[in-house]
Amino acid sequence: MSADGVLDTLAAICLIAGALLSVAAGVALARFPDLLFRMHAAAKPQVLGLLLVLLGCALRLRNGVDITTLVLVGAFQLATAPVAAHMVGRTAYPHHDIRRDLLLTDEFAPHAERIGADRDGAPRPSVPAAAPQER
Amino acid sequence: MSIVAVTVTALLALAGALTLVRIIRGPSILDRAVATDVLLAVIVAAIATEAAYSRDATALPVLVVLAVLGFVSSVSVARFAARKKDAK
Repeated sequence: MSADGVLDTLAAICLIAGALLSVAAGVALARFPDLLFRMHAAAKPQVLGLLLVLLGCALRLRNGVDITTLVLVGAFQLATAPVAAHMVGRTAYPHHDIRRDLLLTDEFAPHAERIGADRDGAPRPSVPAAAPQER
Repeated sequence: MSIVAVTVTALLALAGALTLVRIIRGPSILDRAVATDVLLAVIVAAIATEAAYSRDATALPVLVVLAVLGFVSSVSVARFAARKKDAK
Protein backbone atom coordinates (compact mmCIF):
# COMPACT_ATOMS: atom_id res chain seq x y z
CA MET A 1 0.00 0.00 0.00
CA SER A 2 1.44 3.35 -1.01
CA ALA A 3 1.79 6.38 1.26
CA ASP A 4 -1.18 8.04 -0.45
CA GLY A 5 -3.33 5.00 0.24
CA VAL A 6 -2.31 4.95 3.91
CA LEU A 7 -3.08 8.65 4.30
CA ASP A 8 -6.45 8.26 2.56
CA THR A 9 -7.36 5.35 4.84
CA LEU A 10 -6.42 7.39 7.90
CA ALA A 11 -8.50 10.28 6.56
CA ALA A 12 -11.49 7.97 6.06
CA ILE A 13 -11.17 6.65 9.62
CA CYS A 14 -11.00 10.19 11.00
CA LEU A 15 -14.02 11.30 8.97
CA ILE A 16 -16.17 8.36 10.11
CA ALA A 17 -15.13 8.78 13.75
CA GLY A 18 -15.98 12.49 13.60
CA ALA A 19 -19.37 11.76 12.06
CA LEU A 20 -20.07 9.17 14.78
CA LEU A 21 -19.23 11.72 17.47
CA SER A 22 -21.60 14.19 15.77
CA VAL A 23 -24.33 11.56 15.93
CA ALA A 24 -23.55 11.07 19.62
CA ALA A 25 -23.95 14.79 20.19
CA GLY A 26 -27.25 14.77 18.28
CA VAL A 27 -28.61 11.84 20.29
CA ALA A 28 -27.56 13.57 23.50
CA LEU A 29 -29.24 16.81 22.43
CA ALA A 30 -32.46 14.99 21.66
CA ARG A 31 -32.55 12.82 24.78
CA PHE A 32 -30.85 14.65 27.67
CA PRO A 33 -33.26 16.10 30.23
CA ASP A 34 -31.78 19.50 30.95
CA LEU A 35 -30.06 22.50 29.42
CA LEU A 36 -26.83 21.87 31.32
CA PHE A 37 -26.63 18.25 30.10
CA ARG A 38 -27.32 19.39 26.56
CA MET A 39 -24.60 22.03 26.85
CA HIS A 40 -22.19 19.25 27.82
CA ALA A 41 -23.12 17.38 24.64
CA ALA A 42 -22.74 20.51 22.54
CA ALA A 43 -19.41 21.53 24.04
CA LYS A 44 -17.42 18.29 24.22
CA PRO A 45 -18.33 15.49 21.74
CA GLN A 46 -19.32 17.94 19.06
CA VAL A 47 -16.02 19.83 19.16
CA LEU A 48 -13.99 16.60 19.19
CA GLY A 49 -16.00 15.27 16.26
CA LEU A 50 -15.49 18.47 14.30
CA LEU A 51 -11.75 18.38 15.00
CA LEU A 52 -11.57 14.77 13.78
CA VAL A 53 -13.42 15.69 10.58
CA LEU A 54 -11.04 18.61 10.03
CA LEU A 55 -8.07 16.28 10.63
CA GLY A 56 -9.48 13.86 8.07
CA CYS A 57 -9.92 16.70 5.60
CA ALA A 58 -6.33 17.86 6.18
CA LEU A 59 -5.00 14.32 5.69
CA ARG A 60 -6.87 14.09 2.42
CA LEU A 61 -5.97 17.52 1.02
CA ARG A 62 -2.24 17.42 2.02
CA ASN A 63 -1.60 21.03 1.04
CA GLY A 64 0.07 23.70 3.15
CA VAL A 65 -2.44 26.49 2.56
CA ASP A 66 -5.46 24.24 3.08
CA ILE A 67 -4.03 22.74 6.25
CA THR A 68 -3.44 26.26 7.60
CA THR A 69 -7.08 27.15 6.96
CA LEU A 70 -8.28 23.98 8.67
CA VAL A 71 -6.02 24.63 11.67
CA LEU A 72 -7.53 28.12 11.87
CA VAL A 73 -11.06 26.67 11.90
CA GLY A 74 -10.10 24.20 14.63
CA ALA A 75 -8.43 26.91 16.71
CA PHE A 76 -11.52 29.12 16.45
CA GLN A 77 -13.72 26.23 17.52
CA LEU A 78 -11.50 25.37 20.48
CA ALA A 79 -11.28 28.99 21.62
CA THR A 80 -14.94 29.92 21.24
CA ALA A 81 -16.83 26.81 22.34
CA PRO A 82 -15.97 27.17 26.08
CA VAL A 83 -16.82 30.88 26.05
CA ALA A 84 -20.18 30.31 24.38
CA ALA A 85 -21.01 27.42 26.72
CA HIS A 86 -20.03 29.51 29.74
CA MET A 87 -22.25 32.41 28.69
CA VAL A 88 -25.23 30.18 27.95
CA GLY A 89 -24.88 28.39 31.26
CA ARG A 90 -24.43 31.61 33.19
CA THR A 91 -27.55 33.03 31.57
CA ALA A 92 -29.55 29.87 32.15
CA TYR A 93 -28.62 29.31 35.79
CA PRO A 94 -30.83 31.72 37.76
CA HIS A 95 -33.81 31.90 35.45
CA HIS A 96 -34.50 28.71 33.61
CA ASP A 97 -35.75 25.31 34.61
CA ILE A 98 -32.63 23.47 35.63
CA ARG A 99 -33.11 20.04 37.16
CA ARG A 100 -31.44 20.80 40.46
CA ASP A 101 -32.29 17.33 41.76
CA LEU A 102 -29.97 15.87 39.10
CA LEU A 103 -27.00 18.02 40.08
CA LEU A 104 -24.31 16.25 42.09
CA THR A 105 -22.88 19.49 43.40
CA ASP A 106 -23.78 23.12 42.85
CA GLU A 107 -20.73 25.25 43.59
CA PHE A 108 -22.31 28.30 42.01
CA ALA A 109 -25.25 28.58 44.42
CA PRO A 110 -23.49 30.70 47.12
CA HIS A 111 -22.09 33.02 44.47
CA ALA A 112 -25.48 33.40 42.80
CA GLU A 113 -27.01 34.19 46.16
CA ARG A 114 -24.38 36.87 46.85
CA ILE A 115 -24.74 38.36 43.36
CA GLY A 116 -28.51 38.45 43.73
CA ALA A 117 -28.15 40.14 47.12
CA ASP A 118 -25.80 42.73 45.64
CA ARG A 119 -28.16 43.45 42.80
CA ASP A 120 -31.54 43.48 44.50
CA GLY A 121 -30.74 44.14 48.13
CA ALA A 122 -32.21 40.72 48.92
CA PRO A 123 -31.40 37.13 47.92
CA ARG A 124 -33.28 35.83 44.96
CA PRO A 125 -35.98 33.39 45.94
CA SER A 126 -35.40 31.24 42.86
CA VAL A 127 -31.93 30.23 44.04
CA PRO A 128 -31.97 27.61 46.80
CA ALA A 129 -29.83 28.55 49.78
CA ALA A 130 -28.38 25.06 50.28
CA ALA A 131 -24.62 24.91 50.66
CA PRO A 132 -22.74 22.77 48.13
CA GLN A 133 -22.16 19.26 49.36
CA GLU A 134 -18.65 17.99 49.73
CA ARG A 135 -17.89 14.92 47.67
CA MET B 1 -13.73 6.61 -0.73
CA SER B 2 -17.29 6.87 -2.03
CA ILE B 3 -18.50 4.34 0.55
CA VAL B 4 -16.91 6.50 3.24
CA ALA B 5 -18.59 9.58 1.78
CA VAL B 6 -22.02 7.92 1.80
CA THR B 7 -21.53 6.68 5.37
CA VAL B 8 -20.40 10.06 6.66
CA THR B 9 -23.25 11.81 4.84
CA ALA B 10 -25.82 9.48 6.37
CA LEU B 11 -24.37 9.89 9.87
CA LEU B 12 -24.23 13.68 9.58
CA ALA B 13 -27.79 13.77 8.26
CA LEU B 14 -28.92 11.73 11.28
CA ALA B 15 -27.07 14.10 13.62
CA GLY B 16 -28.63 17.12 11.91
CA ALA B 17 -32.12 15.60 12.14
CA LEU B 18 -31.73 14.92 15.86
CA THR B 19 -30.48 18.47 16.37
CA LEU B 20 -33.49 19.81 14.46
CA VAL B 21 -35.75 17.83 16.78
CA ARG B 22 -34.22 19.72 19.71
CA ILE B 23 -34.54 23.06 17.90
CA ILE B 24 -38.25 22.42 17.32
CA ARG B 25 -39.04 20.98 20.76
CA GLY B 26 -36.62 22.98 22.92
CA PRO B 27 -38.49 24.50 25.83
CA SER B 28 -36.40 27.64 26.14
CA ILE B 29 -34.58 29.88 23.71
CA LEU B 30 -31.23 28.82 25.18
CA ASP B 31 -31.92 25.19 24.28
CA ARG B 32 -32.52 26.33 20.75
CA ALA B 33 -29.32 28.43 20.78
CA VAL B 34 -27.24 25.43 21.91
CA ALA B 35 -28.90 23.17 19.33
CA THR B 36 -28.34 25.75 16.59
CA ASP B 37 -24.67 25.88 17.53
CA VAL B 38 -24.44 22.09 17.17
CA LEU B 39 -26.31 22.23 13.85
CA LEU B 40 -23.81 24.77 12.56
CA ALA B 41 -20.93 22.50 13.64
CA VAL B 42 -22.59 19.61 11.77
CA ILE B 43 -22.83 21.80 8.67
CA VAL B 44 -19.13 22.70 9.01
CA ALA B 45 -18.33 18.98 9.25
CA ALA B 46 -20.42 18.30 6.15
CA ILE B 47 -18.66 21.00 4.11
CA ALA B 48 -15.26 19.72 5.27
CA THR B 49 -16.26 16.19 4.26
CA GLU B 50 -17.28 17.42 0.84
CA ALA B 51 -13.94 19.21 0.47
CA ALA B 52 -12.11 16.04 1.50
CA TYR B 53 -14.13 13.85 -0.87
CA SER B 54 -13.64 15.98 -3.98
CA ARG B 55 -10.14 17.21 -3.02
CA ASP B 56 -11.40 20.72 -3.70
CA ALA B 57 -10.40 23.47 -1.27
CA THR B 58 -12.79 26.10 -2.62
CA ALA B 59 -15.18 25.88 0.32
CA LEU B 60 -12.57 26.07 3.07
CA PRO B 61 -12.81 29.86 3.72
CA VAL B 62 -16.53 29.33 4.30
CA LEU B 63 -15.59 27.10 7.23
CA VAL B 64 -13.68 29.94 8.90
CA VAL B 65 -16.66 32.27 8.54
CA LEU B 66 -19.07 29.65 9.90
CA ALA B 67 -16.82 28.87 12.88
CA VAL B 68 -16.84 32.53 13.93
CA LEU B 69 -20.53 32.97 13.16
CA GLY B 70 -21.59 30.15 15.48
CA PHE B 71 -19.79 31.77 18.40
CA VAL B 72 -21.31 35.20 17.72
CA SER B 73 -24.84 33.81 17.37
CA SER B 74 -24.66 31.77 20.55
CA VAL B 75 -23.21 34.60 22.65
CA SER B 76 -25.63 37.21 21.32
CA VAL B 77 -28.65 34.99 21.98
CA ALA B 78 -27.39 34.42 25.53
CA ARG B 79 -27.00 38.17 26.11
CA PHE B 80 -30.39 38.88 24.60
CA ALA B 81 -32.12 36.27 26.78
CA ALA B 82 -30.41 37.62 29.92
CA ARG B 83 -31.43 41.22 29.22
CA LYS B 84 -35.02 40.27 28.50
CA LYS B 85 -35.28 38.33 31.74
CA ASP B 86 -33.71 41.15 33.75
CA ALA B 87 -36.13 43.74 32.39
CA LYS B 88 -39.10 41.65 33.47
